Amino acid sequence: MNIHEYQAIELFNRFGVPCPKGKVASSPREAYEAAKWLSVGKFVVKAQIHAGGRGKGTFKSGFQGGVKLVSSPEAAREVAEKMLGETLVTKQTGEAGRVVRKVLVGESVDVRREIYLAVLMDRETSHPIIIASTEGGMDIEEVAERSPEKILREPVNPLAGLQAYQVRKICHELGLKTTARQFGRLLHSLYRLFIECDCSMVELNPVVVTFSDHVFALDAKFNFDDNALYRHPDIQAMRDKAEEDPREVAASEHDLNYIGLDGNIACLVNGAGLAMATMDIIKHHGGDPANFLDVGGGASKEQVAAAFRIILGDPNVKGIFINIFGGIMDCNVVAEGVVAAAKETGLSLPLVVRLEGNNVEAGRETLAESGLDITTADSMDGGAKMIVSAVN
Amino acid sequence: MAILIDENTKVLIQGITGSFGARHTKLSMEYGTNIVAGVTPSKGGQKFENKVPIFDTVSEAVKETGATASAIFVPPAFAADAILEAADAGIELIVCITEGIPVMDMMRVKAILAEQDVPMNRSRLVGPNCPGIVTPGTGEKSHGGCRIGIAPGYIHKRGNVGVVSRSGTLTYEAVWQLTQLGYGQSTCVGIGGDPINGTTHKDVLEMFNDDPETEAIIMIGEIGGNAEVEAARWAKEHCKKPICGFIAGATAPPGRRMGHAGAIVGGAEDTAQAKKKVLAECGIAVAETPSVMAQTLLDHWGK
Repeated sequence: MNIHEYQAIELFNRFGVPCPKGKVASSPREAYEAAKWLSVGKFVVKAQIHAGGRGKGTFKSGFQGGVKLVSSPEAAREVAEKMLGETLVTKQTGEAGRVVRKVLVGESVDVRREIYLAVLMDRETSHPIIIASTEGGMDIEEVAERSPEKILREPVNPLAGLQAYQVRKICHELGLKTTARQFGRLLHSLYRLFIECDCSMVELNPVVVTFSDHVFALDAKFNFDDNALYRHPDIQAMRDKAEEDPREVAASEHDLNYIGLDGNIACLVNGAGLAMATMDIIKHHGGDPANFLDVGGGASKEQVAAAFRIILGDPNVKGIFINIFGGIMDCNVVAEGVVAAAKETGLSLPLVVRLEGNNVEAGRETLAESGLDITTADSMDGGAKMIVSAVN
Repeated sequence: MAILIDENTKVLIQGITGSFGARHTKLSMEYGTNIVAGVTPSKGGQKFENKVPIFDTVSEAVKETGATASAIFVPPAFAADAILEAADAGIELIVCITEGIPVMDMMRVKAILAEQDVPMNRSRLVGPNCPGIVTPGTGEKSHGGCRIGIAPGYIHKRGNVGVVSRSGTLTYEAVWQLTQLGYGQSTCVGIGGDPINGTTHKDVLEMFNDDPETEAIIMIGEIGGNAEVEAARWAKEHCKKPICGFIAGATAPPGRRMGHAGAIVGGAEDTAQAKKKVLAECGIAVAETPSVMAQTLLDHWGK
């Protein structure tokens, strides 16, 4: 799960990670009041969407930039007016862009230097790892490729936690002197936040050092472990469904794993590995998958029907491939769900079903007797070929 | 021989009275698995299916029954505790089926297991978020073997191919293909789809390499992490047996979690394409599609 920048500031305040003061606004008037409340000379107005590249983005209205520097509450109001309700397109949003529903009005700080800082879960060592670089404000993947020596990696023993010497080491290698104590405090707070909020990643790009030797987290990207959200109702409440693909939201309400893609062959599969492999085999035979959809190992008839409705809700879909290996799952349950959903939705697209496993004969019979135009495949490979040729 | 488990392995089920655990315990018993005990706190003294004694704690169950392997079916919020309880009770093989355990919990579990003082006494963890392990039996539909977890027993056949995989359904595909072609399996190990897990692909390859019954191996991986690459590099130097590999997720968009918590492309090196390339360079026959995993192995094996 991701959160907005203004929500990140809430978490920073709670854990003592220093960041510039800011307030969220949903109307130009609120933006004006937020700027007045800040009572500094310069403000920054930032569009709140779950995507990077905002500063260089363009609104569909023609207005340039989702991050604007202004010098009066009146100007903050004006900029907010141009952002709110408008669609911002950045290199991360795709052509569709995202509608800006909130803006953050924050203090503008001067910047002496920028540092990259992140804490993430390292899969290779199963330890949290701190990543830091003097090259803040840049695309860190590019830095890693161009000058890997500029990336510091400090693993943390999960049982002992972050040690003071590790923080001193990082400060030293970043060349921080007068601001080392402040940066150290920030890092300790950030690590505590990472652990206590069950993050899988927190990235601050950049942390800035000002001319008056203050250290602030300027922009943040959070990733939370979805499996741990049950113990963080406060973070769960930060979920913004408007930022998510509506098909994915609908799927999650039925405990289905769905990810929308750009192709035209919808897939309905049991098991995540097989669902990925099904997309791959469609591509292999020259087709283009419209989605990833895992109905899980114990899907009910209702879930299968819901899954069917979700994939049919995608206007790009020109054909459907159902690929089920019913190990324990009853193939007939799947067949009944498919038939029910197909009848309900008045199926008009080519549908290829490959069923294998538990109670497969009954499942195939249910499909055959349904009177629906369903092609049965006896192998995954055969089924994939059939649906690709039916669509192309 | 097989690896990790055989028909004599004494198996304990943590979470035996939950609906999921109960259902699969029954299936395992029907398959011939030697289920000796169940553990559900506060239900000690009862019997499962009028047969299997239930205990309040794992240590009591181990003392009374001599169980050496445990299957964990407890809900995600309590699963880390269940793994540590099994390790504390001296269980040698802990197979955690539970899906959805917080990563931080697994991080701590793994660090604690690594600290168990004598490596020889260390518990081996398989999973979490895995279908478990099957060593097929010699009876009809492979009955008489040992099934720990949730895999369908009947698709197996006793034989000489070892299977290791991060995905449940893809394991079943591979096993079913092998069985259809007349080739049985020594042991099938699902290591799970989470970013932090116990036993790795490499660990299982090492065991298959040392197992006289295993003559060839199918290794199934997916996008995310570098476990398959690590295993392939090891195999290039040490493995004497033919291996077929398959990596799922060639069409997965970067940065998206594809169902499994661990199936996410993070960079250029953990894509399906990059992994397949390394596998091929290490002498592993890469199956082009998931429907030819068994056939690719047989071709490579010279069968």
